[in-house]
Amino acid sequence: MRTSECDVVVVGVGGQGVILISEIIGRAAMLAGLSVRGVETHGMAQRGGSVINHIRVGCNYSAMISPGSADVLIAMEPAEALRYAHYLSSEGVALVNTKPVLPVTVTTGQASYPPMEEILAPIRNACSEVRAMDATGLATKAGSPQATNVVMLGALSKHLPIEEATLMEALSETVPAKFLEINRKAFELGKIEVE
Amino acid sequence: MREYLLGNVAIAKGILEAGAGVVSGYPGTPSSEIVDFLAPLAKEHGIHVEWSVNEKVAMEVAIGASWTGTRSVVTMKHVGLNVAADPFMTLAYLGVGGGMVVISADDPYCHSSQNEQDSRRYAHFARVPCLDPADPQEARDMILRAFALSEEFGVPVMVRPTTRVSHARSDVEVGSPGKRKENPSFEKNPPKRVALPVHARPLHVELLDKQAGIEAALAKEVWNKAEMRGKIGVIASGIAGLYAEEAIAELEADVSLLRIGTYPMPREMIGDFLERVERVLVIEELDPVVEEFAEMVAKERNPKVEILGKRSGHVPSVGELDPLTVRNAIAEMIGLPKKTAPEMSPEVLSILPPRPPTLCPGCSHRATYYAMKKAFGKDAIYPNDIGCYTMGVGMGTVDTCLCMGASITVGAGIRFGGEEKGICAVLGDSTFLHSGLTGLLNAAYNDARMTVTILDNSITAMTGHQPHPGTGCTACGETSPSLSLEDICRSLGVGFVETADPYDLESMIETFERARDHPGLSVVLAKQACVISAIRSGVRRPKFKVDEDKCGGCKKCVRFGCPAIEFDGEVAKINALCSGCGVCAQICPQKAIEVVK
Repeated sequence: MRTSECDVVVVGVGGQGVILISEIIGRAAMLAGLSVRGVETHGMAQRGGSVINHIRVGCNYSAMISPGSADVLIAMEPAEALRYAHYLSSEGVALVNTKPVLPVTVTTGQASYPPMEEILAPIRNACSEVRAMDATGLATKAGSPQATNVVMLGALSKHLPIEEATLMEALSETVPAKFLEINRKAFELGKIEVE
Repeated sequence: MREYLLGNVAIAKGILEAGAGVVSGYPGTPSSEIVDFLAPLAKEHGIHVEWSVNEKVAMEVAIGASWTGTRSVVTMKHVGLNVAADPFMTLAYLGVGGGMVVISADDPYCHSSQNEQDSRRYAHFARVPCLDPADPQEARDMILRAFALSEEFGVPVMVRPTTRVSHARSDVEVGSPGKRKENPSFEKNPPKRVALPVHARPLHVELLDKQAGIEAALAKEVWNKAEMRGKIGVIASGIAGLYAEEAIAELEADVSLLRIGTYPMPREMIGDFLERVERVLVIEELDPVVEEFAEMVAKERNPKVEILGKRSGHVPSVGELDPLTVRNAIAEMIGLPKKTAPEMSPEVLSILPPRPPTLCPGCSHRATYYAMKKAFGKDAIYPNDIGCYTMGVGMGTVDTCLCMGASITVGAGIRFGGEEKGICAVLGDSTFLHSGLTGLLNAAYNDARMTVTILDNSITAMTGHQPHPGTGCTACGETSPSLSLEDICRSLGVGFVETADPYDLESMIETFERARDHPGLSVVLAKQACVISAIRSGVRRPKFKVDEDKCGGCKKCVRFGCPAIEFDGEVAKINALCSGCGVCAQICPQKAIEVVK
């Protein structure tokens, strides 16, 4: 039997605002009267390392999602999408920002960054659908590349068992008021992108 | 009131609800957010919250507070408890006044730690009760219960969250803040407060006599519960109990489950459970504490029961548990197929560039290491320590990392052991004040010929920028006495003490050369603000760029390893991450890197 209504894995690079996505979803789930569990990466890995957060909506067990069972994978960075693609269930959906963040192993020439198609092809094989988008570009269009995470949240919204209005309420409770307009726009652009 | 809370914040809210009056700690992942959350609220709630200089100090401050009748808490990570072990062990004899809770957060898999030790062993060692939460709600509830238990039995109580509890978030039911005890006072009572042998002997007897009562009280806690569903059973503690519950639900299996959340463990309950099953799997994070106890109880109650777990190889003995591992261990025991996690083939994964945590763009530690290597050479010995700077291991200037403060002492030992090469030990300012002072005193006293570099960025950066005595303010933001690390080092007996700015590479290298040539113990203070705290406090340095016509493509700047420098075709390029430290411009032999005007 299923032990959670919706399991979301959010991955990216330390500093990309991965925790904010979890926080907004968590608050929204609470507003919707759903139990919610999450787990975050703090500490050492935050220093430019790869980070992973788990969020389980409508779940009363632990916050950890098992590999092979995530309904949605949100990747703020394409290489990180592939690194954690094994978390996806075969029916799952991957939402991938196509803007790379080059790790220091690449900038210093010890490793190279793979072409986008080589990253996305194996993810396509692992799940039912991959939606690749230039979320950073869309966020810039909305007013700030910092809002990339909220673009991704907008793209995620239709997969969550939470009303859009509730997500917007949680968004406005979470982001500073002066950036709310940019974030609203970013959410909208992300949502339209996957329609 | 229901809130979506981080485990550590749920703990902090529990501390407020319990009406604690004193909270102390030393930062350490995954425990840091408890004090981080409480410090800004201290004034409003009339409580004392402090970042202490180390865990031993923090423990002793909390003990003193408890002896006035005030409820107190001390927080640390598991390895911090090693530092605080001395007061902890004897406190169990002397006992508490007001309730005292020791929070020691364990880190299975060493997400941000140097080992995987299990704090439950310490609780057992000291004969102190320990509560093991499975999630943020239990963590908050256990804090409240821990204070009551502590006062009922006169002993400190340990609460031991793990990383996946401290850094989990969930909807948590919390109550209103409580009131701290009125009219606190220290009552003189030498037989209970002075650990002389004549007092310690009867206190040891008293402590052992308390155990049966503690065990009986804990056996009734809601965190110990059995659900019988057949002759095959699982005993699981803490977060593993939640994994097991989910696995049994998902497998829709008739497996009995006993969840354990308290130590000493409920002996009768475990015995009853073992009598009613034929085979049992014990699942717990870290050490086989429950497993060993179950084996002992089984000898009396049901010697025929088959006990599986870490010792039988059904549950891993190292690293961190997760729901899939637990599910498969249970499935294997009951003869159901294991679920294989989908794996990407090694060929697919081989295209991925590794992304290790690194020093930030513009971090002064990178420049210090660069200068150090220029002066001491690649063959010198570089004993290192605990902090962001350990991430410089790829630069060839991190040769050892043992525990807080050990860079200086291990370095001295390497010299006395007979190593003749240059020795340059490295530790941060927070680590130096934590436990480097005594090591430096020892090195000066015993005449260790070596250099000690203190990376002085005025903050405890790795754990989230907590202040320390060198920062100039307390956890609550009050101004603290100004401190001169130079004066401290001189007064400890160091003959050579000089400060330099790592962003000024030439002077940094020259300072290292003088320190290297000094005939005795020398200290170099590499002083530059943490780049993250500088940016947060509004410091904006002009960024740098590469003049493509001048760049010869030698990659010297690229090899420096700053994430802001890339190589683009035939020339270097500086990306948007540049924080303007300007060190790469000093490295470039072509003078091709210049300020963006």
